[in-house]
Amino acid sequence: MQLDTPKPSPYPKSRVQLSFNKLRGKKLESVQPTSLADLRCGQHAVLGDLDVADELRRRLMEMGFFPGSRIDATGCAPGGDPRIYRVDGSEIALRAETAAQIRIRPLAAAAD
Amino acid sequence: MAGNDSCHPVATDSVDASIRAGQHYVALVGPPNAGKTTLFNRLTGLRQKVANFPGVTVEHHVGRARTQQGREVFVIDLPGVYSLDARSEDERVTADVLTGAKTELGRPDSVVIVLDATNLHRHLLLAAPVLALGLPTLVVLNMADDLAARGGSVDTAALAAQLGAPVALVSAAKGDGVEKVMQFLEGSLARPHSTTKRVELPVLQDLPGCRTWAGQIGTKSGYRAPAPPVWTRRLDGIFLHPWLGPLIFVLVVAAVFETIFSGAQPLMDAVEKLIVTSGNSLAPLLPEGLLRGALIDGVWNGVGSVVVFLPQILLLFLFIGVLEDSGYLARAALIADRTMSRVGLQGKAFIPLLSAYACAVPAIMATRTIENTRDRIATILIAPFMTCSARLPVYLLIVAAFIPETAPFAGPIGARTAALLGLYIIGFLAAIVTAQLLRSTILRRERSTFILELPPYRMPSLRSLALRLWDRALIFLKRAGTVILGVLMVLWFLANFPRTNGQPPDPEHSYAGHIGHAAEPAIQPLGFNWKVGVGIVASFAAREAIIGTLGTLYGIENADKDSDKLQEALRADLTPAGAAALLVFFAFAMQCFSTTAIVRRETGGWFWPTVQFSYMTAFAYCSALITHALVSARI
Ligand SMILES: Nc1nc2c(ncn2[C@@H]2O[C@H](COP(=O)(O)OP(=O)(O)OP(=O)(O)O)[C@@H](O)[C@H]2O)c(=O)[nH]1
Ligand SMILES: [Mg+2]
Repeated sequence: MQLDTPKPSPYPKSRVQLSFNKLRGKKLESVQPTSLADLRCGQHAVLGDLDVADELRRRLMEMGFFPGSRIDATGCAPGGDPRIYRVDGSEIALRAETAAQIRIRPLAAAAD
Repeated sequence: MAGNDSCHPVATDSVDASIRAGQHYVALVGPPNAGKTTLFNRLTGLRQKVANFPGVTVEHHVGRARTQQGREVFVIDLPGVYSLDARSEDERVTADVLTGAKTELGRPDSVVIVLDATNLHRHLLLAAPVLALGLPTLVVLNMADDLAARGGSVDTAALAAQLGAPVALVSAAKGDGVEKVMQFLEGSLARPHSTTKRVELPVLQDLPGCRTWAGQIGTKSGYRAPAPPVWTRRLDGIFLHPWLGPLIFVLVVAAVFETIFSGAQPLMDAVEKLIVTSGNSLAPLLPEGLLRGALIDGVWNGVGSVVVFLPQILLLFLFIGVLEDSGYLARAALIADRTMSRVGLQGKAFIPLLSAYACAVPAIMATRTIENTRDRIATILIAPFMTCSARLPVYLLIVAAFIPETAPFAGPIGARTAALLGLYIIGFLAAIVTAQLLRSTILRRERSTFILELPPYRMPSLRSLALRLWDRALIFLKRAGTVILGVLMVLWFLANFPRTNGQPPDPEHSYAGHIGHAAEPAIQPLGFNWKVGVGIVASFAAREAIIGTLGTLYGIENADKDSDKLQEALRADLTPAGAAALLVFFAFAMQCFSTTAIVRRETGGWFWPTVQFSYMTAFAYCSALITHALVSARI
């Protein structure tokens, strides 16, 4: 699961996952989300840094986007953009371009 | 206030004066959509607008609450804020009231913080800076019903101990626990009136710190967060489905329009009958002669021809009410974001635009939620292109006169419905084109970011829908009884004078006829005759006035009015090309004093209203000219 990230996976299972991912070839990249925009509907992750202007960072925090919180991608508008995320008890819609600036930590860490 | 007398339920602005005299007042503060206005309405008995999306309230409203002991406290409802660090106009209103920067109000004596109990952790983020203001504060955890239904719970006593402020678990919608808020209001009267004039807000809030604090407080007070709303997830699966969602929406709108045409007919006939019979029975009470002619033949029939559209207007508002109260509106903004982003606006601007389908005045007020000033002005400028409810009667009359009821369009959708749908769509397209034009000329701007909180879907309550319709009916009738009545009285005079030997003139040679003929060079290319010209002149006071004007002019010509006379007369007076041109003209022209007044107030000068009026009138004229030429060429 953790191919691109420098941090090694804490899970011994990872070898099995690895070979499984190899089988799926190219799809691997999309399975490995690094920003919120990569997170597909139904997936969840843990928020990392918000690489946005200060003003926007405060706005996002006021709406519940804190590094370390769990975030769920719950849906999107008919065209695929904007997306809907569930974070800290509320559902917030963001455009993909904003979501791309929000880092997330690998799925494995979202064990809550 | 200009807005209040036309389309906007009345606020109690006059109460401000008593607060100035040094009375106690309590401010309602909270995040958007937490239920502040619902609570305010419960406490004061007023009916300020409540709807299920963030950013409904955009200005402060003052009301009076009567405590159990019969004493009065002023309560002030404020726009929702995520923090006290204001970025948009509506948030500034809240910050200014709390700090006392709004000098005519002074500082509040105490504060009621309204939080959504189903989302306590995030909402407590706002509690921290508000509690830090040091005013006596009650923390209201609203939506208790929803919390319980979704399996959440909270220990209010423990929370109160943690926060150092009283806490009340309330359901403002159901009315449970509101008496605890009343007790707090009562208590606040016992304290001496605050004399502090102003406070400065602390420098930027430490948000991560506050969030940690909120989390700890939540844990210590045994807060169990409710399960995520399952129904919201399911409904979003349908309404935001790639093709099913838009399809359902179009079908629903078409069904509404069908009902407006067919379903409302019996109601309309009933209203019409009522007007004609009441006119006939009133007539003998008046002395024969000038007055009777003026009141019954002219004005009564003219006003009546507008009032018959009440059922349709109410149907439209019922639909808008369901959209707003259910929470679908926020989803519509989400869906529209793509289109909006192409013209440099963001989906949030779509919420004011959607409310402009009811009336442009509150829509222009609602643009206060848009942070970027250029975006806000662009939205204000395009809002009157959206088909407001004042256009509906005009459309209905002309469409019904020129398209037979049975004419088909596609499947179950009739040609009348299709025409109406088309008129709503061209209004929206004109808005989009104008936004693009503004972006590439006078209002160059960056793409703004879009962040919108989606409320859970809620079942609209019958009571609140019924009250909305009632308020709407009153506003509509009041408008017919004031603006339109006034216009028609002037018109009746113009159409009946100058007299020769005590006899009214042939309408063509009356003052009205002169005005109409003077306008002829401008309107003839559009296919309108002098009577329509008079109607257009009158419609600049209020759009529906054209119906009343034509009703009055025809009423004078053939006093024995019966149903469909107006439609028949229109068919005799207008060619189909002229009718199409008239519809297009009404779709684009800026014919509303209240809108111009509110644009002036919100943009702080005459520049933008002048630009808007000139642009829209020119746009309407040119489009009508082209439509007339095209339709004439085809027939
Ligand atoms: N289930 C439930 N719904 C509520 C309750 N109180 C309010 N609502 C609903 O919540 C939505 C928002 O209510 P408003 O009173 O408009 O909220 P507000 O805080 O004034 O919102 P803004 O003016 O946008 O800041 C509406 O759909 C209300 O019907 C409640 O106690 N229970
Ligand atoms: Mg409100």
